[in-house]
Amino acid sequence: MRWALADGWTVARRDLIHWANQPMTVVFGIAFPVVITLAFGYLFGGAVQVPSGAGYFTFLMPGMYGMTMLFGLSATMISVTTDVSRGVTDRFRSMPMAPSAVLVGRAVADLLHSVLILAGLLACGLAVGWRPESPSGALAAVGLLLLLRFSLLWAGMYLGLLTRDPGAVVAVQTLEFPVGFLSNAFVAPDTMPGWLGAISEWNPLSSTVAAARELFGNPGWGGDSWVAGHAVPMAVIWPVMITAVFFVLSVRRYQRLDR
Amino acid sequence: MTAVLVRDLRKTYGGKVALDGIDLDVGRGTVCGLLGPNGAGKTTVVRILTTLLRASGGRAEVAGFDVATRPRQVRRSIGLVGQHAAVDEVLTGRQNLELFGRLCHLGAAKARARADELLERFGLDHEGPAREYSGGMRRRLDLAAGMILAPPVLFLDEPTTGLDPRSRAHIWRAVRDLVAGGTTVLLTTQYLEEADQLADRISVIDSGRVVAEGTPDELKSTLGGDRLDVVIRDPARLDEAAALISRVTSGAAETDRDTRHVSAPVSGRVRALTDVLAALATAGIEAEDVALRRPTLDEVFLSLTGEGGEAR
Repeated sequence: MRWALADGWTVARRDLIHWANQPMTVVFGIAFPVVITLAFGYLFGGAVQVPSGAGYFTFLMPGMYGMTMLFGLSATMISVTTDVSRGVTDRFRSMPMAPSAVLVGRAVADLLHSVLILAGLLACGLAVGWRPESPSGALAAVGLLLLLRFSLLWAGMYLGLLTRDPGAVVAVQTLEFPVGFLSNAFVAPDTMPGWLGAISEWNPLSSTVAAARELFGNPGWGGDSWVAGHAVPMAVIWPVMITAVFFVLSVRRYQRLDR
Repeated sequence: MTAVLVRDLRKTYGGKVALDGIDLDVGRGTVCGLLGPNGAGKTTVVRILTTLLRASGGRAEVAGFDVATRPRQVRRSIGLVGQHAAVDEVLTGRQNLELFGRLCHLGAAKARARADELLERFGLDHEGPAREYSGGMRRRLDLAAGMILAPPVLFLDEPTTGLDPRSRAHIWRAVRDLVAGGTTVLLTTQYLEEADQLADRISVIDSGRVVAEGTPDELKSTLGGDRLDVVIRDPARLDEAAALISRVTSGAAETDRDTRHVSAPVSGRVRALTDVLAALATAGIEAEDVALRRPTLDEVFLSLTGEGGEAR
């Protein structure tokens, strides 16, 4: 058990050394969502009608926070497939280290990376005038955002171990945007065709974003459906369910690399 | 003492047989070469012995530990140098070795000291990330990573594939040094020369079976010696020439119509050459080119498996 934690940290630490060795990659990682946010806010912001006369950034920021967590899915997948295809995973598996450390290390490293990116985006939000209402609510909102990231981490790990192919990541990356748009992150699901609006409301990303808006004290789109009315509990239930499924699948897939 | 013991090892992937009952005995402190073409099952053997893959049947022990029931102990006793240079490309050579050292539970200080030692020993003084390394340096870094615990048994899966001759010689020298220090090495290769250079005993593998086993000298004598290649100018007389060469060399000559080649195993080198040329001259068949050469790996397999190269 002691080694499981120590080895997990050693594997996670490897990513921290990556950051130190390639600081520009980290800077671009933080800059990407910031640039997207500014583009959305200043280019489309004027065209989107938001309720209660608030600025578009007030709506956009929680949506972008959630969207950034969603992008983590392919980030995790890239790391996993790179290690598998280069033989690094096999080297780990042939060494006398705790076998769990490969997955634990990946989880810790990716979560830390997301904290960094989220911090950058929160700073960007504050700079363009977005404000949370209370520190405790903001903390809870950040917690829920990272909980979503944590659940997608296991999904990314499973997909990475399943495909083992860096090429497959492109497919997932391509799908991240439509899945992100098919939510309440940028526009109200009410404005979409009925069935599309329903899908958007049941998108786990919508629950997290709606819950974050609620906890940050930012106005939301509302909505009459049950799922829209129970954003905070659903922002816990969805990630817990995703984690439960993909954690088991990832561990099993990892253990069965020897088949 | 036996460092690696394999009995009737089998592996099937969804109905496809990869290993069809392999036996191996590798004595402590010796080098065993697994020689075979792509897809023969060499890598599968290595993956099973290094606990990366589960066998479908049979038994395998490394350093006295069963790979199926005591994988932990096996992992403590082995080093693996796979076909990819399995190193982190963003980390420097030193950072890679420190990472793997920590994961071998050496502790931070010892991992650092061991990294320094290995960097010097394998001539890896470049400070940049491993991505900037040449192919040969990457392999040496990989070899160093496999040597962190100075394991008693080292597995090298095609350690020099894709390397230039100088880097290859460098790797060979490093392997010889390790063996001189008492390490047991199991190495796979597609190159007859590499097995010849490094291995004490060679097991030739084809289609998941050991088709020949022995010292390099034993194998060479069973595989027959040199071959004589003759290029015939007139394609119409190819069969006639082949029959003639078969008779003179008393070996089965093979013909290749596209390149107008006749090839036959010979024993006495110069005598066979002069006899064949004399016979061809008498029959009035003109030879465009004549050469004596060592058998290629393809011909080795042909003689061992009795299958044509094209059938594979």
